Amino acid sequence: MKVKEKCIVISQDCIAKDIYSLWLKTDKIAAQARPGQFVSVYCNDGGHLLPRPISLCEINQEKGTLRLVYRVVGKGTEMFAALKAGDSVEVLGPLGNGFPMEEAEGKRVFLIGGGIGVPPMLETAKQLKGEPVLVMGYRDELFLTDEMKKAGELVIATEDGSAGTKGNVLDAIRENDLKADMIFACGPKPMLRALKAYGLENNIPCYVSMEERMACGVGACLGCVCQSTEVDDHSQVKNKRVCKDGPVFLSTEVEL
Amino acid sequence: MIDTRVNIAGVELKNPVMTASGTFGSGMEYSEFVDLSRLGGVVTKGVADVPWPGNPTPRVAETTGGMLNAIGLQNPGIDVFCKRDIPFLKQHDTKIMVNVCGHSTEEYLRVVERLASEPVDLLEINISCPNVKEGGIAFGQDPKAVETITREVKKVAAQPVVMKLSPNVTDITVMARAAEAGGADAVSLINTLTGMKIDVERQTFALANKTGGMSGPAVKPVAVRMVYQVAQSVNIPIIGMGGIATAEDALEFILAGATAVSVGTANFFNPYATVEIAEGIENYMKRHNIEKLTDLIGAVH
Repeated sequence: MKVKEKCIVISQDCIAKDIYSLWLKTDKIAAQARPGQFVSVYCNDGGHLLPRPISLCEINQEKGTLRLVYRVVGKGTEMFAALKAGDSVEVLGPLGNGFPMEEAEGKRVFLIGGGIGVPPMLETAKQLKGEPVLVMGYRDELFLTDEMKKAGELVIATEDGSAGTKGNVLDAIRENDLKADMIFACGPKPMLRALKAYGLENNIPCYVSMEERMACGVGACLGCVCQSTEVDDHSQVKNKRVCKDGPVFLSTEVEL
Repeated sequence: MIDTRVNIAGVELKNPVMTASGTFGSGMEYSEFVDLSRLGGVVTKGVADVPWPGNPTPRVAETTGGMLNAIGLQNPGIDVFCKRDIPFLKQHDTKIMVNVCGHSTEEYLRVVERLASEPVDLLEINISCPNVKEGGIAFGQDPKAVETITREVKKVAAQPVVMKLSPNVTDITVMARAAEAGGADAVSLINTLTGMKIDVERQTFALANKTGGMSGPAVKPVAVRMVYQVAQSVNIPIIGMGGIATAEDALEFILAGATAVSVGTANFFNPYATVEIAEGIENYMKRHNIEKLTDLIGAVH
């Protein structure tokens, strides 16, 4: 059951340039949350009305806490970055479907993150009942790599070659001659498009977490649709709602 | 004992709080947050005779105190709507107003005819969507076209007809009078204000459609003014909307002359807004010793 609640900031740290890590104490959201889901975070100022969808980086169900790792890209996230321990923030969640963790049981799974698509892969790796192979792509500065190493085998790609493979996540997979039974991915569209093709070539299922500008976050407004390959049962057209039907889709279900 | 009931063309709402078309789907998603039976009515997202895919994304953008949308009336078409959405809404003790859209008079009429045998209470005819190229607002910016489409719809409608008016006109009272002359049972206003946002970093439009409809608290004073003007001009009930987020906002519209109100964009930043507004209106009535909500309609002086 989705709820909107006032969460208390436990801590906030800047972990790389423009990348912030925010731990929140929730009343109900964390207890129900799954890897690959997201929350809508609201600004407190009354001028910025629409919630910002942010993926879940870590979920502690016992403590009722959530970790959000996000990039400052505008006024809303600038306000979030100013939050300090003890402050409160309105959060709606948990939202979306999350990764199909059951299907990954006993399998070797590529968990692939690109840029600000890296954070949701941490909780996914921690909860995966299989063999996670983390492949993380960065422009230059690394973040969350210490936590990722503890969660599984970690391979890194950087655009500038400052760490790991110089290039993208697929370059890292090829350079290290890695193989897996399926893919869970989150990141920019060109990366998802390439991974969809890689999945088809290697005949392994590829699940991608999509991103789109959102308003309601719960499936009512149809603001955040993506194009589907077949007519969707709910919409009756070739559109699926990223916030409600996704954000995670089988790559062959969606146009990339 | 307070009485929050209001009447729109013979349809009694338990309270004046409805939802604004396009912001609430057919109520399924928000029924996780609010009991739809606490609402005077649910107004559905616009439905056409066949499924519409809507516009490309990005479809939404934030503005200060509001937002722009250019969804483009994506909808599943009337057949699926009748099979799936109406039965869902019928499980709740609330009135159903179906918003009807089309590219042409014939398309509107096909939907209205189809709905004649369905258990819905009111029809809202969307002649004011700014985000589709044909139909929509094209019918709502010319008084002759407003009167004609209203008359055509009335001929085939089994339910009372509410014409939804656009604020993107020189004088909205002209359009309201045209709707009344065509036989409309009520009018609803305002639809969104046409706007634009430009992403200066990328030097491009924030919306794929370039323009979008502006809504949210920032448009409220414009909407209240228009409701007041229309209330002075016609003798049919008004459903008022435009930036309502609190009970005080809703009461402004009622005092300006609205019989009922619709809550739209507020759902996006407060999914409990509709019920909180209904409760807030009751509290206001207790605080001011007002027995009948109808005593407040148009009571501004």
